[in-house]
Amino acid sequence: MSESRKDRRGWSWWYPLLLVQFVGVLWPPFFNRAEPFWVGMPLFYWYQLLWVIAGAVLTAIVYVATDD
Amino acid sequence: MQNVNWVALAIFVLFFVVITSSGFAAAKWRKGDLDLLHEWGLGGRRFGAVITWLLLGGDLYTAYTFIAVPALVFGAGAVGFFAVPLAIVAYPIFFLVFPRIWYFCRKHNYITAGDFVRGRFGNRWLALAVTITGIVATMPYLALQLVGLQVVIGALGISGTGFAADLPLIIAFAILAAFTYSSGLRAPASIAIVKDALIYITAFAAVVVILIEFGGFSEIFAAVPSPKLLLATPGPGTTGAYSAYPTLALGSALALFLYPHSLTGILSARSGRAVRQNAALLPGYSLVLGLLALLGFFAIAAGVADLPEYADGFKQFGNNFAVPALFLHAFPSWFVGIAFAAIGIGALVPAAIMSIAVANLYTRNIHREFINRTPTDRQEAQTAKWMSLAVKFGALAFIMFVPTKYAIYLQLLGGIWIIQTLPAVMLGAFTSWFNGWALLVGWAAGTVVGTVMAVAVNLTPTCPLQVAGYVFPGYTALYAVILNVTLVIFLTPVFNALKARRTPIDAIVTSDYHV
Repeated sequence: MSESRKDRRGWSWWYPLLLVQFVGVLWPPFFNRAEPFWVGMPLFYWYQLLWVIAGAVLTAIVYVATDD
Repeated sequence: MQNVNWVALAIFVLFFVVITSSGFAAAKWRKGDLDLLHEWGLGGRRFGAVITWLLLGGDLYTAYTFIAVPALVFGAGAVGFFAVPLAIVAYPIFFLVFPRIWYFCRKHNYITAGDFVRGRFGNRWLALAVTITGIVATMPYLALQLVGLQVVIGALGISGTGFAADLPLIIAFAILAAFTYSSGLRAPASIAIVKDALIYITAFAAVVVILIEFGGFSEIFAAVPSPKLLLATPGPGTTGAYSAYPTLALGSALALFLYPHSLTGILSARSGRAVRQNAALLPGYSLVLGLLALLGFFAIAAGVADLPEYADGFKQFGNNFAVPALFLHAFPSWFVGIAFAAIGIGALVPAAIMSIAVANLYTRNIHREFINRTPTDRQEAQTAKWMSLAVKFGALAFIMFVPTKYAIYLQLLGGIWIIQTLPAVMLGAFTSWFNGWALLVGWAAGTVVGTVMAVAVNLTPTCPLQVAGYVFPGYTALYAVILNVTLVIFLTPVFNALKARRTPIDAIVTSDYHV
């Protein structure tokens, strides 16, 4: 990656990928439900726990993609 | 003392002996000259990604977290789960902001947020504001770590009256103070390894054991009263819990890394790459946090609040006793010892880092800036060491003589105050466009308005903001910092026009940025 593009601005087009998790968990009407249950857990809980993993994967992807 | 759980107590004490020796031995670990502030207070900036990860985990997931998050779920239900989205959004913020701050601080040998702001905006009064905010916001947080310790000591069955009641706490804290004084940041870093291992074991074992006992999540959630199961659907004319929940998560996530002890952990990293790796690795803790939050429901399902043997504990510690009671109820004594050791050590690690962070702030941005402008390296490190002792004993006295609820109120206000340093510190990582005086006015306005709002709602976290007849309940800290940022943006051109702008001392330019 050319130095002028990445280092000077410190910006990468991979970064917007990090916004996905904000949208995923900061809009409660989307997941404030009990149905469907998963292994006995209401959606409200398993949905957010699933985002823990999804968020970790997204952050890891951005890390790998922007690492030099 | 008739109800002492001796097996659990023996294991608890054993772990304390182990970490005490490790805390003192840490002085020789990656040996450096502990008469230099950055060696004592930042571990020589020599920690790789893994140690930094453990240190930050020790910083962010404190004993108070382990006690209070499940306690909130136990008492208030779904809304207490906001700690999970908090952790989810915190790390992307960390990823974008803190490698940059690390870089600036490394380049200019900055040790605190005060140093960073001083260099970035060339305004010593702004640096003082950031410093005092950091110190004042950290103190109640540090005091609450002691509450975590107090709860588990109480749950081990140790009780007494007057001075004797506080003695175990005093001993634990004296040990902590001694090894922090002698080993600096290396001490909590070495102990963090033990702490994390214990926390992981406890969280997973608790979930597995209790799930087997109950037969599964469906049985547990069936025991939870339905108003606690989900967020309340908002009524007409208000966004209700639908705005309170996400603003609490986002605001707390923003505040999380502004606390001085977070920055101390971050700056101890050896490279910007290690900081970035941390942002990618830290979500590893979030799953444990989610499991711990669910323990609040486990405690409801186990019905611990109604069991006579825990009535005293609940009377003394309120909902904070939910998790200790659950462990006592569901685990054999030897495992209770391990679980409580996890919480106890979970108090010592952040308490050590917090006291070091406050000591660094005082030494660099108050003592050096306003009292002794030309200290020798040795004097500087010595000031910080004494300060770390003063801070810890201050917190101890606070917890012994002031009711716990005031520490909780102050911790709540601390969140509102610390987030007011966001424009100078977090946005300062990206731009030095802001005028230092505008930042200072924004900080003052955010602090005053936030405090007034919090007092107006009787020191609860959320404030019902009314706009055009519609109510938006939300986290006060977030509302106050939005006001702060808005003011900074509008006042910067005004102060610039008044020629109040000063050239930043280090004239950081964006082309400096290499990680």
